[in-house]
Amino acid sequence: MTSSDANDAFVAFEHVQKSYDGETLVVKDLNLSIGRGEFLTMLGPSGSGKTTCLMMLAGFETATHGEIKLGGRPINNIPPHKRGIGMVFQNYALFPHMSVHENLAFPLEVRGMSKSEIETKVKRALDMVQMGAFGGRRPAQLSGGQQQRVAVARALVFDPELVLMDEPLGALDKQLREQMQYEIKHIHETLGVTVVYVTHDQSEALTMSDRIAVFEDGRIQQLADPATLYERPDNSFVAQFIGENNKLEGVVRGIDNGIATVAFDDGATCEALAVNCAGVNEKTLLSIRPERVKIEDQAGDKTISAKVLELIYLGDHIRCRMDVHGHNEFIVKVPNNTNQKALQKGQLTHVSWIPEDCRALDLSDSV
Amino acid sequence: MSQTADKQPVLAADGTPLKQALDAALFRNRMRAFMLVLPLLLFLFVTFIIPIGIFLSFGIHDPVFSKFMPKTSAVLSDWDTTSEPTEDMYAALVADMVVARKDKTIGRAATRVNRELSGTRSLFTSSARKAAKLEAPFKESLVAVKKQWADPEVWKAMKVASRSWTLGYYANALDYKQVADGSFEPQPENRQIHVPLLVKTLWISLQVTLYCLILGYPIAYLMSNLPARTSNLLMILVLLPFWTSILVRTTAWIAMLQSQGVLNDLFVLFGVTDDDNRYSMIYNKLGTLIAMTHILLPFMVLPLYSVMRGIPPSYVRAAKSMGATNWTAFSRIYAPQTIPGIGAGAILVFIVAIGYYITPALVGGQDGQMISNVIAFHMKSSLNWSLAAALGGVLLVVVMTLYWIYDRVVGIDNMKLG
Repeated sequence: MTSSDANDAFVAFEHVQKSYDGETLVVKDLNLSIGRGEFLTMLGPSGSGKTTCLMMLAGFETATHGEIKLGGRPINNIPPHKRGIGMVFQNYALFPHMSVHENLAFPLEVRGMSKSEIETKVKRALDMVQMGAFGGRRPAQLSGGQQQRVAVARALVFDPELVLMDEPLGALDKQLREQMQYEIKHIHETLGVTVVYVTHDQSEALTMSDRIAVFEDGRIQQLADPATLYERPDNSFVAQFIGENNKLEGVVRGIDNGIATVAFDDGATCEALAVNCAGVNEKTLLSIRPERVKIEDQAGDKTISAKVLELIYLGDHIRCRMDVHGHNEFIVKVPNNTNQKALQKGQLTHVSWIPEDCRALDLSDSV
Repeated sequence: MSQTADKQPVLAADGTPLKQALDAALFRNRMRAFMLVLPLLLFLFVTFIIPIGIFLSFGIHDPVFSKFMPKTSAVLSDWDTTSEPTEDMYAALVADMVVARKDKTIGRAATRVNRELSGTRSLFTSSARKAAKLEAPFKESLVAVKKQWADPEVWKAMKVASRSWTLGYYANALDYKQVADGSFEPQPENRQIHVPLLVKTLWISLQVTLYCLILGYPIAYLMSNLPARTSNLLMILVLLPFWTSILVRTTAWIAMLQSQGVLNDLFVLFGVTDDDNRYSMIYNKLGTLIAMTHILLPFMVLPLYSVMRGIPPSYVRAAKSMGATNWTAFSRIYAPQTIPGIGAGAILVFIVAIGYYITPALVGGQDGQMISNVIAFHMKSSLNWSLAAALGGVLLVVVMTLYWIYDRVVGIDNMKLG
């Protein structure tokens, strides 16, 4: 499904740049290919350029430089209404003066379809999102979740090969959002349509996507499938942005076979996977997930001493804040099972991890 | 279940009906709110509702003749308008004339009758001078003074004038005329001026509304879609004339449009016309249309702008992403959503335009006059306040009717003023 091969890419951004004011670049040299049938999410904080990319693809913004191709054809000079791309907007953009049925019929009418064909397609699209009974309602008479379904149905009713979604779930409450994530995912799987999805919510991105492009500062920081992104972040921004993450600052003392030895300020050392660190005697940022840290009773040759600062009981696990060599925001998720010895506040103990779980990354400004 | 529950009033904890308890609880708040608006209510009542009510009553109530000629009015009310005027009626008339001459009120009574039959004013005033010396039988002696007194038309005019509660002025405002027996007949064709004038007023207002819409729609659209800095500048440009006196703006149009004005000078300069055939663009209907459109334009732009600003660009984008061309997206998605603004702007401009006075008075010339100018004429020059009130009443009814039709067709709820 994830055909990232540029040759048969369905959507391709080639050296795309975008500037609004002629002074700063919002999108800096974007290269991205999206395979047919892929669910790709553009994830990033606001102002990272992800929505601009989506708008350029839809045709509402023009690229300052570079080329965007759809099905191998450059679309820079094709107006939005001829691109045949379905789109779901942030606030749904359902036409308030038309009923749900009229909303769905609109894209078919402008394509000059026959009345009976329109009826069939509208009915099929509404049934797909379980909204068959609501055709006569106005958008204002629907709940947020229902409007969302109609918006999705409207973007799909004219059978586009590519659907763009611009933070479509942002206005929904948590429970409904999770439910809609699965529904959209299932629709994508059923129809085999290509989806480009923009969000700033990382859990949404992890749930739904085949691949995720993490945007920051107008660039793609990492493009990978959810598991890779979470477990093997390329740089400290991605590590910080996706999931919870412990960061430890240190200096590289030596690199041996891809494993770096990193010394903290007080001289203690530990081992980490050298992913993106500059070199010996350069500063680095260690990144490790809270659930990959183990609490050890005894000091060993690979353990690091730590002091328990705070314990928060969360049912399935206990969240333990620790002081690890001057870093007092170090979080460990301790599983709540019988094998685990109870920790006390203020207790001195030891932690350890497998070197592959701890990644030595760049010390970027954003951290 | 709910059926039986509906029938029995819900009780508060102390046993009083809940509704009553709620009313008592809200009473203080309501009183406070009412006291706060009371000064405004009193102000409106004293300065607006009472004067308008009194003035509108002039249109159906004119007691001048019956007040100053009480005896004549009494005998006229019994007169069947077809038989010869009797000696009693002449005697009453002479007696009233003697008193009215002494009180110096004969002129006002005469003016009233003169409105029904022109040329009778001097008949009254000159006869009244001699009335004190007349002797019975008064029929002969009065006819001897002026032989018009034998004419039954004069008596019919007096009969009409003697009704103090009358629909005559409203009839007049609609180009009808009340005759002595109380029925109505159309005015002679050359005196039918009010209805054509009303139609012209409505037509001018409609044209002004249309021009304001055509000119205002693109400006409002531009303002709502430009970046804030530019749109604020445009907004100031729209509001600037709004803050300037109407008199100044109208006078400026005179300087622009008159035959020796700026525009005509330019036309001659660029050879559009020659010096002897300058366009007459002012002191006629064209002048009224141009000046009124300019002055009323902000009333159209502001409601349109406030509605358009509330339409997110994503609607048109959504339409385009679904394959609609620019025109389809505009006509089927954007324009229908601006209808509340169009409705509000149109009704504002139209209603203000229909009662417009100062601009037509200054630049309207002969054919650019509107109904307000005639009302003003009757207020200030002819002093026929009753006719002015009737014309105002007709205008009010017409506006209300149009407003009602508008409500039925467009819906007042659809209107958005800001």
